[in-house]
Amino acid sequence: MSPEKFVIMRHELLLTAAALMVLIVEVFSHPDKKGKVITLSAICFGLITVLGLLPSPEGELFGGMYITNAGRLMMKNILNIGVLLVFLQSADWLRRDENSEKISEYFVLMISTLIGMNFMISSGHFLMFYIGLELATIPIAALAAYDRHRNISAEAGIKLILISALSSGILLYGLSLIYGTTGSLYFGEIATVFRGSNLQLLGFIFFFTGMAFKISIVPFHLWTADVYEGSPINITAYLSVISKGAAVFIFIIVLFTVFPVIVAAWQKVIYVTSILTMTIGNLFAIRQQNLKRFLAFSSISQAGYILLGFIGGNQLGMASVIYYILVYIFSNLGAFGVVLAISNASGKENVDDYNGLYHTNPKLSLIMMLALFSLAGIPPVAGYFGKFFLFTAAAEKGYYTLVIIAVLNTIISLYYYLLIVKAMFLLKSDNPIEKFKSTWYTRFALGLCVAGIIVTGFASGLFELIRNLSFGI
Amino acid sequence: MITGIPIHYFLILATLMFFAGVYGFLTRRNLITVLMSVELILNAVNINFMAFNRYLYPHKMEGMFFSLFVIAVAASEAAVAIAIIINIYRRFSTINVEDAHEMKY
Repeated sequence: MSPEKFVIMRHELLLTAAALMVLIVEVFSHPDKKGKVITLSAICFGLITVLGLLPSPEGELFGGMYITNAGRLMMKNILNIGVLLVFLQSADWLRRDENSEKISEYFVLMISTLIGMNFMISSGHFLMFYIGLELATIPIAALAAYDRHRNISAEAGIKLILISALSSGILLYGLSLIYGTTGSLYFGEIATVFRGSNLQLLGFIFFFTGMAFKISIVPFHLWTADVYEGSPINITAYLSVISKGAAVFIFIIVLFTVFPVIVAAWQKVIYVTSILTMTIGNLFAIRQQNLKRFLAFSSISQAGYILLGFIGGNQLGMASVIYYILVYIFSNLGAFGVVLAISNASGKENVDDYNGLYHTNPKLSLIMMLALFSLAGIPPVAGYFGKFFLFTAAAEKGYYTLVIIAVLNTIISLYYYLLIVKAMFLLKSDNPIEKFKSTWYTRFALGLCVAGIIVTGFASGLFELIRNLSFGI
Repeated sequence: MITGIPIHYFLILATLMFFAGVYGFLTRRNLITVLMSVELILNAVNINFMAFNRYLYPHKMEGMFFSLFVIAVAASEAAVAIAIIINIYRRFSTINVEDAHEMKY
């Protein structure tokens, strides 16, 4: 294998170099000037994001364990954009005194998880998939426990690491049964000999359960709310958007390429879990007071909508899932960005605290409103088009009942998203959040989110591009 | 080939270990024991992989290599988990699951 062939691993190599560079800069920088690591990492990661958009050759490495093509590169680029937004949003939070000693760790751990996700998305073999999955989840647990002095942060960390260890154990057990019945771990080889015998179905169910934990599909969602509430807000944003997005990407690739033979079986599983996930996520979101818990349940119900794109097994479904994740990154990070900015300035995280926000911080309220509208799927913004494509993809295959249930759920979700909009714009408060100015990092990140929410909806070429790069069974 | 021991003995052992691990994960109250239950699950997976590899596909080593990686990853997982458990002990002065919680569902 010639060294030039490694160019096709460009994303992973650049990210590894970035992680090592942050570590080296950390060693040689003066203790009082650790803040410059933030600027350096943000600029460096911005460069990586731009470099990632360049066209790249397709190919395989390590005997087919690592596969890259235009579709998978696009998934990685989508994740890169999301991580860049998270980095920009977290700059203010990292500058606080209690975090001054561990700024570089934040970036190193976060970049490591992204490397893991990239390997996971590029995998053509279950060993690569598993290592990527673990590299993507173990550092995230350390990040969830990042606030060492807060009790709930440690609690979130231990919950996340134990649940992810259990779920990868279950997933591996499924893989071992699939290996035993097919004799291979390559995606392509499994797909050629997979016949859907009972033992293979059992293995698939274990595999599905493991992935369901990662994407937080009901009934495996119970960890989500606690972990999201306990972690620092930007880690929560990262978990709910990037981790979930990467898991969804690889899950749809595996379902479409490895298990097309038992499509009838997994459509039934997805049918039931999708309804449960949407409904339970929505019903629990209504009664939440803490905004992080609220967004946690809202992200559970979003996972239910995403499953609508899986169920048809068609090309439109995969395209709409990728497109929805892109839209979801912008809208959810917009909402989390506002929550983070307000929490940084005032330490308030409850829905009641947002009463009268429009009178003190009109711009933040407008951004929050736009993000919530996009999450709910109100027509002019991108979230509407995302949901529309997902529902179309399911309806194309005749799942009308499911689509009707999903539309009803959208109406329920509109109710609780509008509760927050009502609190910000209509309700009065004796003790509103004071007016504050955010730094340009936050403004830039929120500006990008707003641009993303508006532009991805109207740029119809984007969906065509994604559609051309996706595939059906 | 190992003579005398049929493959399903290994598979039954692995299944029992797996479900003992899941049971332990759900019922144990000490965080270290919960972690041990997870190790039990991962070792059940290893036994499965190695038995399948040795009996059914002895000419390819995929199962053996997979279990090597599982062992390595399990070690790193345990390292991070124990670090967080130590932090939990500092914060709550206990590693009992029922005492170390502040968030309600």
